[in-house]
Amino acid sequence: MRIDPRHTQKAAVAILAGATVLVLLILVFIIVFILEKGLPVVNLQFLTTNPQEMGRSGGIFPTIIGTIILPVVALLIATPLGVFTAVYLSEYTRENTLTRIIRFGTDCLAGIPSIIFGLFGYIFFVITLQMGWSIMAGSLTLAVMVLPTIIRTSEEAVRAVPKVYREVSFSLGASGWQTVRKVILPNALPGIVTGVMLSIGRSIGETAAVIFTAGSSLRIPTSAFDSVRTMAVHFYLLAREGISQENAYGTAATLIIAVLIVNLTAYWIMNRFIARRG
Amino acid sequence: MKLVGEKGVKRILMAVAFSAISALLLITLFIINEGLPFIFKYGIKDFLFASDWNPAQGKFGIFPMIAASLWVTFGAMIIGAPLGVAVALFLSEYAPRPLMKAVKPTIELLAAIPSVVYGFIGVVVLAPFIRSYFGGPGLSLLAGCIILGIMILPTVISISIDSIMAVPRSYREGSLALGATTWQTIHMVTIKASKSGIIASIILGLGRAVGETMAVIMVSGNSVNIPHAATDSVRTLTANIALEMSYATGMHREALFATGVVLFIGIIILNSFASVALRKRTAKR
Amino acid sequence: MRIKFQIKNFYFFYNGSPVLKDINLEINAGEILGVIGPAGSGKTTFLRSLNRMNELETDTRTEGTILMDGQNIYGKDVDVVSLRKKIGMVFAMPVPLPMSIYENVVYGPRLSGIKNKAELDHLVEKSLTEAFIWDEVKDRLKLSGLRLSGGQQQRLCLARTLAMRPEVILLDEPSSGLDPISTAKIEDALTLLKKEYTIILVTNNTKQAARVADRTAFFLMGEMVEEGTTSQIFTAPRKKETHDYITGRFG
Repeated sequence: MRIDPRHTQKAAVAILAGATVLVLLILVFIIVFILEKGLPVVNLQFLTTNPQEMGRSGGIFPTIIGTIILPVVALLIATPLGVFTAVYLSEYTRENTLTRIIRFGTDCLAGIPSIIFGLFGYIFFVITLQMGWSIMAGSLTLAVMVLPTIIRTSEEAVRAVPKVYREVSFSLGASGWQTVRKVILPNALPGIVTGVMLSIGRSIGETAAVIFTAGSSLRIPTSAFDSVRTMAVHFYLLAREGISQENAYGTAATLIIAVLIVNLTAYWIMNRFIARRG
Repeated sequence: MKLVGEKGVKRILMAVAFSAISALLLITLFIINEGLPFIFKYGIKDFLFASDWNPAQGKFGIFPMIAASLWVTFGAMIIGAPLGVAVALFLSEYAPRPLMKAVKPTIELLAAIPSVVYGFIGVVVLAPFIRSYFGGPGLSLLAGCIILGIMILPTVISISIDSIMAVPRSYREGSLALGATTWQTIHMVTIKASKSGIIASIILGLGRAVGETMAVIMVSGNSVNIPHAATDSVRTLTANIALEMSYATGMHREALFATGVVLFIGIIILNSFASVALRKRTAKR
Repeated sequence: MRIKFQIKNFYFFYNGSPVLKDINLEINAGEILGVIGPAGSGKTTFLRSLNRMNELETDTRTEGTILMDGQNIYGKDVDVVSLRKKIGMVFAMPVPLPMSIYENVVYGPRLSGIKNKAELDHLVEKSLTEAFIWDEVKDRLKLSGLRLSGGQQQRLCLARTLAMRPEVILLDEPSSGLDPISTAKIEDALTLLKKEYTIILVTNNTKQAARVADRTAFFLMGEMVEEGTTSQIFTAPRKKETHDYITGRFG
């Protein structure tokens, strides 16, 4: 018995559409659930006062500081390192086995679970280098964690610049570095910035690597060697220890909004750049 | 003003690249150095295949954790892969273009939600549900599979859409011109053409699932035992490291590093499969 | 006629195989040399050997000499960057850099150190005029170069090379994608420009060479088969291959 293909087509559309609706519902549910329970808790006071009783009451101000400082420092370290490594690999070296190994290696490291970076950071930065649980240890660990991703996305962005642009630049008497500065980097910028912003987004939501390297102090940091708590860590601790459901939701809501803002900014920047290029 | 000549710039860039790569190499070697000796000291068989994880008594068999990680990843794949591919197919082939263009970035945005949030939802929404309808403690392998399955959806969907959109129009048009329906075209032509990209997306999603720590800790229960039912509580390799790291010393700590080495190797294997799949995709053009 | 280039026993190898074999040729200043031949004959490789652009590829080797104004451009102490500033190149596809028209034209001069705005403005007007495009763009210099039509883009590329005030202009099939009107404008520009420059024009359109070039060289399979004044090549070619190519027997 052969089913009329038009019937299988109808069935298929129904199933696929159903799947799509299901997935969208799930994802929307997650955001709505958190925001609905969390937004009422979030107000100016919540964001700007310090927590009391280990977070049972009060605000989350120190964690906001932590959430800003750690990714920012990490990316200040990782971005120049990563972008220039990508430029070197793509413009100043020939494609050979070594570069292929390096690329495979960075691809793998980009996929290593963050807990392993946390483990490394804990033993190496916190203990061996005696930094203790600190902003330094946390940022360095995050930097090392996002470095492979930055190298990878930057290299792709640089390679995507059409070969002819390089030829034109050279034929006008530009040197290698001038070509990189004036033609290649400006053109690769959208891709590079996207990679950086995505890494910021990832760092903001990072818990495993952060909790073991930057610690979980609720005090506002005064030096690079102070411990600091991020919103993600705070949320995790509040939830797991059952300290305060309310504040947990509030922290989660703030966290999600922060991450969404960062990612949306990334898209906006990407689109601005693409539009400007003509 | 030439502060540094062209040669100078090249040397500086080389030094930067060298430092970056050395840093990454350092991590790899560090972990291997801390973990590998333990594996040989304790014995590979006892480490990987014994089920007697009991650090207080010097026992470090991680088989239950390996089983848990494998099951959780497999379960995530069963849930996430078909759903993800279905959504990707719908959005690329049936949905009007503006809808796809609006929905795809939205789904990618959802990939940015921190895993602790997913975990939390798993705890307050999913676990009670499982406890009521399926029995068991609720915090279970099943909860882990479902949450991870949801977490890998954005990866699978996004990359699959890219692959499917990359199939040349001429393939589809050729099939439709022969009188095939859209669905027939999809499963006979489009899927075959984008197969390697779709597989790569699933493998990358699996990579994320294997490495997931926080969400899994929150919803899977964390008991050290080989699961017999989906409602059993389990502890994955990543959860094990995270839970015991802060108080582990001596051999215990080395065992955790060794677990890291196992994860490392697993990821490398997964990544190799993904590269092969991706290479096949670009080679076809 | 002053001799600008002397090419003696020049070979070019790519990945070990010879792409150009034993090229001997003299190019005069103030003239347009047309280089014709079928695809794969080595015309573009020859062109790119004159400004050493071939070296951007991997695994290349040369033998023999190319003298420009008496100096071997492949000599040990030659600074390739300054060589390229004296030789401008227009590519087959119009490739405006992704910047404004103004920025495109001043790209090269700025890199050479010219910073004075008045000087740059003057250069921009002069170059765009010489490329027969000033009137069309003078009110919209800030517009992105990518927004121009194909023919305009190519003239922009010509202006860009002229802004460097080179001594030589190399053109690699510059009108291959363009409509007849744009092609005519470019040819008019070249005819005027040859007074001050040495121009080498690679073209797969023999009629273009016949219209514009003073002398013509015919390349086939990596060798230069014949060269001479354009009228001689087209009316009384000495070699059979030249005759066959010109009459459309192949290519």
